Amino acid sequence: MSNEKVQAELAKYEASAEKAIARFPERPHLPEQRLYTPLDIKNTDYADEISFPGVYPYTRGVQPTMYRGRFWTMRMYAGFSTAEESNKRYRYLIESGATGLSCAFDLPTQIGYDSDDDISQGEVGKVGVAIDSMADMELLFDKIDLGKVSTSMTINAPASVLLAMYIAVAEKQGVTPDLLKGTIQNDILKEYAARGTYIFPPRPSMRLITNIFEYCSKNVPKWNTISISGYHIREAGSTASQEIAFTIADGIAYVEAAIKAGLDVDAFAGRLSFFWNAHNNVLEEVAKFRASRRIWAKVMKERFHAQKPKSLMLRFHTQTAGSMLTAQQPNNNIIRVALQTAAAVMGGTQSLHTNSRDEALALPTEDSVMIALRTQQIVAYESGLADVIDPLAGSYYVEALTNKIEAEAWDYIKKIDEIGGAVAAIEKGYIQKEIQDSAYKWQMDVESGAKTIVGVNKFHIKEESPKNLLRVDASVGEKQKAKLIEMKAKRDQAAVQAALTALEKACVDENENLMPHILTAVKTYATLGEICGVMRKVFGEYEAHVNL
Amino acid sequence: MEKRIRVLVAKPGLDGHDRGAKVVARALRDAGFEVIYTGLRQTPEQIAEAALQEDVNVVAMSILSGAHSHLFPKVVNLLREKGMKDTLVIGGGVIPEDDIPALKEAGIAEVFTPGALTTDIVEFIKKNVK
Amino acid sequence: MSFPLRGHALYPAKGGAEMDIAQELLNGSRLALTRAITAIENEYDEATDIMKKIYPHTGNAFVLGITGPPGAGKSTLTDKLAREYRKQGKTVGIVAIDPTSPFSGGAILGDRIRMNGLTLDEGVFIRSMGTRGSLGGLSHKTADAVKAMDAFGKDIIFVETVGVGQSEVDIVKAADTTMVVLIPGMGDDIQAIKAGILEIGDVFTINKADHEGADRLVTELNMMLDLDGVMKDWRPPIQKVVANQGIGIQEVIAIIDKHHSYIKGNGQLAERRIKRTKDEMLDILNSRIGSYITEKIVDTGIIDDFVRDIKARKTDPYTVAAGIMHDILK
Repeated sequence: MSNEKVQAELAKYEASAEKAIARFPERPHLPEQRLYTPLDIKNTDYADEISFPGVYPYTRGVQPTMYRGRFWTMRMYAGFSTAEESNKRYRYLIESGATGLSCAFDLPTQIGYDSDDDISQGEVGKVGVAIDSMADMELLFDKIDLGKVSTSMTINAPASVLLAMYIAVAEKQGVTPDLLKGTIQNDILKEYAARGTYIFPPRPSMRLITNIFEYCSKNVPKWNTISISGYHIREAGSTASQEIAFTIADGIAYVEAAIKAGLDVDAFAGRLSFFWNAHNNVLEEVAKFRASRRIWAKVMKERFHAQKPKSLMLRFHTQTAGSMLTAQQPNNNIIRVALQTAAAVMGGTQSLHTNSRDEALALPTEDSVMIALRTQQIVAYESGLADVIDPLAGSYYVEALTNKIEAEAWDYIKKIDEIGGAVAAIEKGYIQKEIQDSAYKWQMDVESGAKTIVGVNKFHIKEESPKNLLRVDASVGEKQKAKLIEMKAKRDQAAVQAALTALEKACVDENENLMPHILTAVKTYATLGEICGVMRKVFGEYEAHVNL
Repeated sequence: MEKRIRVLVAKPGLDGHDRGAKVVARALRDAGFEVIYTGLRQTPEQIAEAALQEDVNVVAMSILSGAHSHLFPKVVNLLREKGMKDTLVIGGGVIPEDDIPALKEAGIAEVFTPGALTTDIVEFIKKNVK
Repeated sequence: MSFPLRGHALYPAKGGAEMDIAQELLNGSRLALTRAITAIENEYDEATDIMKKIYPHTGNAFVLGITGPPGAGKSTLTDKLAREYRKQGKTVGIVAIDPTSPFSGGAILGDRIRMNGLTLDEGVFIRSMGTRGSLGGLSHKTADAVKAMDAFGKDIIFVETVGVGQSEVDIVKAADTTMVVLIPGMGDDIQAIKAGILEIGDVFTINKADHEGADRLVTELNMMLDLDGVMKDWRPPIQKVVANQGIGIQEVIAIIDKHHSYIKGNGQLAERRIKRTKDEMLDILNSRIGSYITEKIVDTGIIDDFVRDIKARKTDPYTVAAGIMHDILK
C-alpha cells in the first residue's frame, strides 16, 4: 500500500473511530495517538536507524545472536548484615542457578565511614553488607572462586577502595587481576543528581574515576569500570526519556574527563557499561532501551570518533523498578516484576536483577528472592520472548516510540551541553529540578486518579499486615564493631600509617594515579573509613544543591 | 493575623532516597504550609535544633534505610528536652507494620508507608497540629 | 485558615500561668527566643508586650542586610561570612526571608539548607521567614525579629532576602550595612541593578567570580557607580568572591568592617538608626490606626452606613474621613 493510500484509509478509519467514540467514549489520560501506521515511521531509514543486531547503531542489540547463544546474566542484588551472613546468601544464590553476584553495601560503607563511626549508628548492615576492611571482604567471598564468578558491586564514591579490596582478596585466593570479571558502579554524577551517596566534590571524584579507568585498562582488563546508571534517576521520579538523557549526558562527561586525562577513547570505552530501570509501561521501556543504544552509538562515533565497534556499543544491566513495588497486596508485585522482566528481555539487556515482592516493606526473604529469580528463568525458558532477536522491531508503534524517546533525549542532551555539561548542570541543580518536577507530577497523577496503581488508588482491600519479613538482627552493629576493634589490634600499625601517609601525598599531586596507593593501603588492613578519611581531608566534601 | 503551619521536612540517617521527602515538601507547600527542608544526612541533634530555631509545628521525617527505630525516637526525645513539647512528629518510608506500635509509643504521631497519599498527610497535620 | 494553631503552654488564655518569654529571652533561653519570633510573626497579642520588655536591651547588634537576585548564592555567602565571624568569637543571628507562593500561601524556605553546618553551633541562631504576602507588614516583622535576636545578645545579625520587589528592598534598607550580591551571566543582572538595588548597596560582591563574565560585570558595575555623578566619600567597593569555595570571604569581611567604622566615625550610623527608629515609629502608628479602623469601622459594619450615605450623596468620603480622624485623635 502506498503512503498516499494509507493516508486515505487512515482518514476513513479516523472518521469511523470518531463515530464509535461518540457512543463509547475512550478512557481518559491515554496517549495522544490511538493507532500507529506505516506513516509514523515513513522517515525512518532501516539501514541507518534500525539495521541489524551487532551492527551500528545497534538499535536491535549489541551482539549478532543475542539470547540465541546465551541468556542474559541473571544477577541478583543481595547483601545485608555481616559479611558472613551475606556470604551464605551468595552461595545460596549460586546454588540456585544465579550466574553472577551483585553486592549491596550498607550506607556507612557507601559513604566511606567505618561501622564504629558515630554517624553509622543504626545503619550498620541495614541496606547491605558492612565492609570495614579487607578482612570483611575475605569473609564475604569465602569459598567463592573469584576467578570464576562475575561480581557487580553497587559502590560509587569509595569504589576505588572496594575494588582494591576485591583485587587484594583475589590475589590471596591465587587469582590474578587479569582474570577478574565484574563491574563497579562508580557513577558519582548520578549520586549528586539522584541517589545521594556522594562524598567528595565533583573534581576529585572525576579524578578517582579516571584513575580507575586507567588502572584497570592496564591491570584488570575484563573489569567493567563504571556502570553509568539511569536506574536511580528513574527511581527518583524521572520519565523514561529523562532517564536515558541524563545518564548519557553523565556518560559524555566521563568520556570527556578520561580523554582530558590523556586516555585514548578506544582504550577504555569498551569497558563502559550502563544500568537501566525496567518500569511498568512495557512498550515504552522496550523503546527506551532501543533508543539508548542508538544515541550512545551516535555519541561515541560522531562526538568522540571512537573507532572500535565495542566502544560504540551500549551494554547494560537492568533492574526492575523498585519504586513501582507497592506495599499494598505485595503479591501483585510478582506480576509487575514479570512484565518488567519481559520489557528488559525484549529490550535486549545483558544482565538483569529482578526485585522481590516484599521490597516495599523490607529487605527480601529467601522465598521472595527465589520467586524473583524464577521469574527470569520462566521468561527465559518458557515464554519464547528470548527466542527471536529484538522481536518488537518493525512495530509501527515501537519504532515511532523509539524515535520519539530518542528525540526527547537529544533535546535534553543539547540543553545540558548548553549549560556546560552534566557536571555544571548538576551543580546548577538543573537535572535535580527536572527529576523532582517529574516525580511531583507522577504523585499528583496518582492522587488525582489520572494514573492507576492497582491496590493503591484502585482495587484496594482490607489487608492483614504482612508476616515473615526479613529483619536485620539488631546486634549486627555491635558485632561488626567488635570485629573491627579485634582486627585493628592485630594489624601492623606502622604499615597502616605509612600507607595512609603515602596516599595523602598522592592525593595532593593531581598527576598521581591513586589506585596503586589505595591497593597498598587496603593490604595493610587500613579501614575504609581511614582511607576515605585521608581523601576527605585533602578533597573536602560535596555540599548538595537543593532547589525545590 | 497571618498564621501558617510550619513544617520541618527532614532526612535523618545516611540514605539518599529523598524522592518522597521532596514530593511531600512540595505538597505541603501547595497546601499552604511553610516548609523547611533539611537535606540529606542529618543527625537527630541537627534536626531537633533546626526544629527549635524554626519553631515548627511539625517535624516530618523520612527514612528508607531501616534505621527508623534507632533514629526517630532520638529526635522526639531531643525535641522534648529542648522544650518543644507539642511539636507533632510524623515519619515515613519503608517501615514494616510491626515496627509502628513501638514508634508510636516513642512519640511518633503517625507513620506513612509507601502508597500513602500526600493529601492524607496534609489532612493528618491539619487535624493534629497544636 | 480554620485549623487549631499554637494553643500551647506559652500562650495560655489570659489569666493563665505564663512563662515570661521576654525575661527568659533576656536570660538566654533559645526556646524563648524562638517563641518570641513566632509571636512577632503571627502577630500574637503577646508580641507587643514582649517587644516592650526587650526594647531597652536592643541597639547593640550590628545588622547586615544581604540582598540580590535569586540564585546569586546569598545563603552560601551568609554561611561563609557567619563562620568567619564565629572564628572571631562573635555570635551570629540570621533572619532568612523567602517568598511565599501567591497561589497556595505556602512557601519552601530554602535558605537554611545551605547553612546546615551552622545548626549545631550554639553561637548561631537561624530563622527562616516567608513573606506571607503581608502589605508592608513584613519589614516591620523582620525588624522586630532582628530586635529579638539583638536583645538575646547576638553580635551580628544577617538579614537575607531576595532583592526583588519593594518590600524586600525596604527590609534591607533597615540594615546598618547593606550588601548586594550579584553573579555573572544572569543576563538580566544589569537590569536588576537598574531596578533599584544600585542605590541601596553599601558593598557589592560578585559571587561565582570564577565563571565567565565576572570581570565584565565588575567593569559595568564600576561604570554605573561612577556615573552617579555625586561626589561621595564612600564609594561602594566591589569584591569578587567564590562563596562555595570560600574565596574572597576575608576580603568581604574587611570591607564590611571598613564600612562599619566609616559610618560609625562620621555619625552616619547614628543617623541611619534615628531614621530607622522614626520609620518604625510611623509604621507602628500606621498599623495601629489601620487596625483601629478595621476594628471599629469595618468589622462593625459602620462603614456600610457611611457608604450608603455617600452613595446617596448625603455626605462625601472627605467629610466622613475627617470625622473618623477626629474620633481617633480624641
